[in-house]
Amino acid sequence: MDTVNIKINGRPYTVPSNYTVLEAARAANIDIPTLCYLKDINAIGACRLCLVEVKGARGMVTACVYPVNEGMEIVTNSPAIRAARKINLELVLSNHEMKCLSCSRSTSCELQTLCNEYGVNAGHFAIPHDVTYKVDDSSAAIIRDNNKCILCRRCVAVCDKYQGVSVIGALDRGYDTHIGCAFEGKLGESSCINCGQCIVACPTAALRERDDTAKVFEALADPKKHVAICTAPSVRATLGECFGMAPGTDVEGKMVAALRHLGFDGVYNMNLTADLTIMEEAYEFLDRLQNGGKLPMITSCSPGWIKFCEHYFPDFTENLSTCKSPQQMFGAVYKTFYAEKHGLDPKDIFFVSAIPCTAKKFEVQRDGQSAAGVPDVDVAITTRELGRMITVSGIDFVNLPDEEFDEPFALASGAGEIFGATGGVMEAALRTAAEVVLNKKLECLDFSDVRGTDPIKRATYKLGDIELKVAVCSGTANAKELLTRVRNGEEQVDFIEIMACPGGCVNGGGQPTQPAKVRETIDLRAVRAAVLYKSDKKNDLRKSHENSAVKALYDEYFGAPNSHKAHEVLHTSYVKRGLYNK
Amino acid sequence: MKKKQTTVAFRGTPEQEAQLKAVIEKYRGTKGAMLPILQEAQDIYGYLPIEVQTIIARETGVSLTEIYGIASFYSQFKLNPAGEVAINVCLGTACYVKGSQDVIDEITAQLGVASGSVSPDGKFSLEATRCIGACGLAPVMTINGDVYGRVKKNEIAGILAKYK
Repeated sequence: MDTVNIKINGRPYTVPSNYTVLEAARAANIDIPTLCYLKDINAIGACRLCLVEVKGARGMVTACVYPVNEGMEIVTNSPAIRAARKINLELVLSNHEMKCLSCSRSTSCELQTLCNEYGVNAGHFAIPHDVTYKVDDSSAAIIRDNNKCILCRRCVAVCDKYQGVSVIGALDRGYDTHIGCAFEGKLGESSCINCGQCIVACPTAALRERDDTAKVFEALADPKKHVAICTAPSVRATLGECFGMAPGTDVEGKMVAALRHLGFDGVYNMNLTADLTIMEEAYEFLDRLQNGGKLPMITSCSPGWIKFCEHYFPDFTENLSTCKSPQQMFGAVYKTFYAEKHGLDPKDIFFVSAIPCTAKKFEVQRDGQSAAGVPDVDVAITTRELGRMITVSGIDFVNLPDEEFDEPFALASGAGEIFGATGGVMEAALRTAAEVVLNKKLECLDFSDVRGTDPIKRATYKLGDIELKVAVCSGTANAKELLTRVRNGEEQVDFIEIMACPGGCVNGGGQPTQPAKVRETIDLRAVRAAVLYKSDKKNDLRKSHENSAVKALYDEYFGAPNSHKAHEVLHTSYVKRGLYNK
Repeated sequence: MKKKQTTVAFRGTPEQEAQLKAVIEKYRGTKGAMLPILQEAQDIYGYLPIEVQTIIARETGVSLTEIYGIASFYSQFKLNPAGEVAINVCLGTACYVKGSQDVIDEITAQLGVASGSVSPDGKFSLEATRCIGACGLAPVMTINGDVYGRVKKNEIAGILAKYK
């Protein structure tokens, strides 16, 4: 690797020659503030918070886009620099709606943090014609409030480069520049896939999830309602972050305890319906494989991916597994099987899911998701919303003693656990499909080729005389690349797992936000996924088809995987939406 | 400046669409070709309505939002067609000092057409232009090529009547 010798604040450093000043400084443990910078995808020098002095350069330069070179002398901290950054913050604030007191991002807002550090209270540069934007609340999942937008374009970069959706962009110019959809269209009517990656990229609260906590509190306070909740695999791996715990802390027991404190009548483990999904999906796959069904089959757990497929690859909707997602299966099982068994009217059940995902808010409203004649799931709340509910209810989360999920939906396998990370669904399905096909127990249950955070992973497995080609990808831009190759016949695959969010649900759009700086130094995807893989490893039960709670569901209610009854309750259909049809 | 959305119905022909597709074909594989494509599309249609931008989005694979971002950024790109009667009022420095903003406001008041837009029936369009080099006649406006100099507010009704 080529290196150069530079000086930062008078001290010598040797750094790779392809570094920017920002990268060199951060490698030397010197922080330079940034707002618009997002590693790898948004280095545009727009916010001008990363100003530094470089000897010989004209004026101050923006560290995020300025490359280092041999002998460069950089100053990152001087009275002039601090003054310039302060003025730039005041400029950013000049048209910022400063309603910090009740803002959903207060204390986790990157702009607020910098203003605090630099002692900036207000924008001193009043704009001659102040603009107030109408809040776009047309989407089931995502609220856009341009009054809080600082035009950093991080959301635009993520939407385009990670997700390949590119449904938001910078429109008009000058004072009128704002982020929006083509022709000022509404987000809810666009081809937005509701993945929420824009929310976790946003430094402020210009993008946020639709807050559904009031509906849940209302149901909890209604004595006539039976209110139950199930939690998705990855929520336990991230919820602690809402309470200042380190990323990668497993808080399953505390989470269950907190939900009981909130007053839910049943607190259940969605990992169980992840196992149920695997049963349905593995058998569906084997049926397609052995009976000439549509291949490659593609997983259907990620509602962001589903909407992406419907808009961008409508010719692939027959390839989607017809299985509902674990969230929807849970609600469906609860309002049919459980309600019948306990004499409950499905109309009196209020079923909540706690999920790492904003797209689930759209999914609960889809057609074909109401097995009992009422929506399978009433409200889907993100990890962030759950965190807020726990906080406002005065529950001392960090010090709660661990509790266990409620029966009969507590037991789950390690296969269900790893659903929350990219590759997890594939691995879980392979464990079951392989044992069904080979009719014997596998010696090694780790399918490590499909693990990890690589954008697209491929593997070939031999199941007896069947050679099985599988592929796994996360981030819909990667899905676009993979499916384009499949469509063009450049690649043959039998089974594909796709998750909309890069790294899978552990990095979902509903997960706790972390500042860009933290995301740069910690691979959140890997750290959070490690929680799930660790817990899979230590679980005695690691295969979905050996889960006795799932077996009981089949014995008592569904009969067999893909039975008529299972199809009625656990499967769904899709829409060919296409693009620009309005 | 914030661009105004058109309210005029799209009247594109299959011939125009074929022309546009030929333009896109010409630039296929060329990096950074969106600007010339938009310029030539505007030459074909006279403006860039959602229907035209959608064709470009479908053919190039570039998202409609990105294309609209470009079209709304550059002042040369029009989102509104010129009306049958195209009114251009000079908003150059000399005309502005001589009160051309009042002229624009008066025309807007009389026709109900805001600057940068066109009446829903496509009859009148109103544009504020940069200096047209007739500062001696300030404030100056042109209607379908006819030049009107030293325009006074109370003359506007009479001038417009000729085109109704």
